[in-house]
Amino acid sequence: MEIEQLEKVASQVRRDIVRMVHGCQSGHPGGSLGCTELLVALYFERMKLKENDGKVVFDMDGKDEDLFFLSNGHISPVWYSVLARRGYFPVSELATFRKLDSRLQGHPTTHEHLEGIRIASGSLGQGLSVALGAATAKKLNNDKGIVYVLMGDGEQQEGQVWEAATFAPHHQVDNLIAFIDLNGQQIDGPTVKVMNNRDLGAKYEAFGWEVISIEEGNDMAAVTKGLYEAKGRLGHGRPIMVLLHTGMGYGVDFMMGSHKWHGVAPNDEQLAAALAQLDETLGDY
Amino acid sequence: MKKYTFTEKKDTRSGFGAGMHVLGQQNPNVVALCADLVGSLKLEPFIKENPERFIQCGISEANMIGVSAGLTIGGKIPFATTFANFATGRVYDQIRQSVAYSNKNVKICASHAGLTLGEDGATHQILEDIGMMKMLPGMTVINPCDYNQTKAATIAIADHDGPVYLRFGRPVIPVFTDADQKFEIGKAWMVNEGTDVSIIATGHMVWEAIQAGEILEAEGINAEIINIHTIKPLDEEAILKSVEKTGCVVTAEEHNRIGGLGDSVAQVLVKNKLVPQEYVAVNDSFGESGTPAQLLQKYGLDAKHIVEAAKRAIARKQ
Repeated sequence: MEIEQLEKVASQVRRDIVRMVHGCQSGHPGGSLGCTELLVALYFERMKLKENDGKVVFDMDGKDEDLFFLSNGHISPVWYSVLARRGYFPVSELATFRKLDSRLQGHPTTHEHLEGIRIASGSLGQGLSVALGAATAKKLNNDKGIVYVLMGDGEQQEGQVWEAATFAPHHQVDNLIAFIDLNGQQIDGPTVKVMNNRDLGAKYEAFGWEVISIEEGNDMAAVTKGLYEAKGRLGHGRPIMVLLHTGMGYGVDFMMGSHKWHGVAPNDEQLAAALAQLDETLGDY
Repeated sequence: MKKYTFTEKKDTRSGFGAGMHVLGQQNPNVVALCADLVGSLKLEPFIKENPERFIQCGISEANMIGVSAGLTIGGKIPFATTFANFATGRVYDQIRQSVAYSNKNVKICASHAGLTLGEDGATHQILEDIGMMKMLPGMTVINPCDYNQTKAATIAIADHDGPVYLRFGRPVIPVFTDADQKFEIGKAWMVNEGTDVSIIATGHMVWEAIQAGEILEAEGINAEIINIHTIKPLDEEAILKSVEKTGCVVTAEEHNRIGGLGDSVAQVLVKNKLVPQEYVAVNDSFGESGTPAQLLQKYGLDAKHIVEAAKRAIARKQ
């Protein structure tokens, strides 16, 4: 897909995100907006997905296709929107986000059998381990699919992340590309003030990972280029870590660059102001 | 009363290792994981024949649970192994989210459960694991009673689609069940029929219960002994059928009295038929260092304590 088309999808996804969070007056718009380019580029351009007559098909095992895991499950709005827009389930279902009897739970889960989700996430620090297991299963099955996993930068404070970070190079899991959303923010404030992660790139390199950076994580061309580069480094005995520099709340001016919109929903006026900045390209749900 | 004899003593963890050896040969989807305790879990025969299906995780239990959950995506059947303390309490949230809530086909296989690992002491003697695991929706909880039953259970859980917690131990104890038994998850095993009291036991306590039954018989008391190897789902029908006959119950487990088999049985009785119940279990305390026999005696878990509990239960019958 051309960059321009991907950007149009991203604009619609951002509208979905703010509308979903507004609709239930809860959820996490900041990190969702910041990771929009990544998820759109993955699902609409980069990932090999199972399709039948041009339509995506979901099965839990995901054999012979690429898999994506969201470890920082609180940015579920962006994932739900991208999955729906990609055709995994009806976009009308986005209106049920976080409401009673919905398959779109506050944090992603397999429990309600939502197509596209393969593991529950929300309690942080577990997704990299799960992705490593799925990547290992692919190797055992002689399956050439790639496993992608996204984590938050605040999430790097969880100890389990570093257990997984040690495991991956030791077992040469080189069919996996991990991302850290480096937006520099977490609930209680800037990450450097809450708990300074220091140089994550140097840490992962010291653990034996191949580390690359995407400096402009909200520039679609830069993201697709970075994904292409990451893929080119697979298969050489080392897992790949992509440091994705994003702006929290990107695309909605009053939400940008602040931890204050980590987990706050816009009111009616704020929603109108946000939507005025985002073109409706694919039709609102 | 049926007499149980034995010709050898073995540890239940070796039954697990033997079961894994069989699974390695029978089921190509079975993958073993371990957190730096291969020798303790008796995994060497499996690893020797299937090195590509063994994943050493190092001392990183949280990651091991996550990797196991991921392996199921792609059709593998992971057996995640370590000591019971590190397989449950240490990684409860990982099991809760990535395994139970996600309904992943992970087998959590835990050795050194309860007091009888002995000299290592309370840091390693988990007495809360059955409670933690049985509270998770969808989790099957199994605590077999000897080497043969543990081997059979290990083989059986590979065919069960869903998360399982399999608990076994370190001490050598009599091997008294059949070598070629068929293990049915959720189905109680009638060890000995009787009329005066139902002794419902799990794990290492089944042999203690058998010995208690012999002591009681010598005193003219006819005890029914039931082996509940599957604590969840519980064979409620077998329990109710037994108490209809005997009118009182003793539960015996190597676990805290809070949250274990005893409480599961009590719940069945409260809902269906109120009869006196006595607990043989650790009385809400931690363990300590000692030999297995010393610990069973000090913490009130040996045959003598089961006999006393049976007499109390019978005395409370109206």
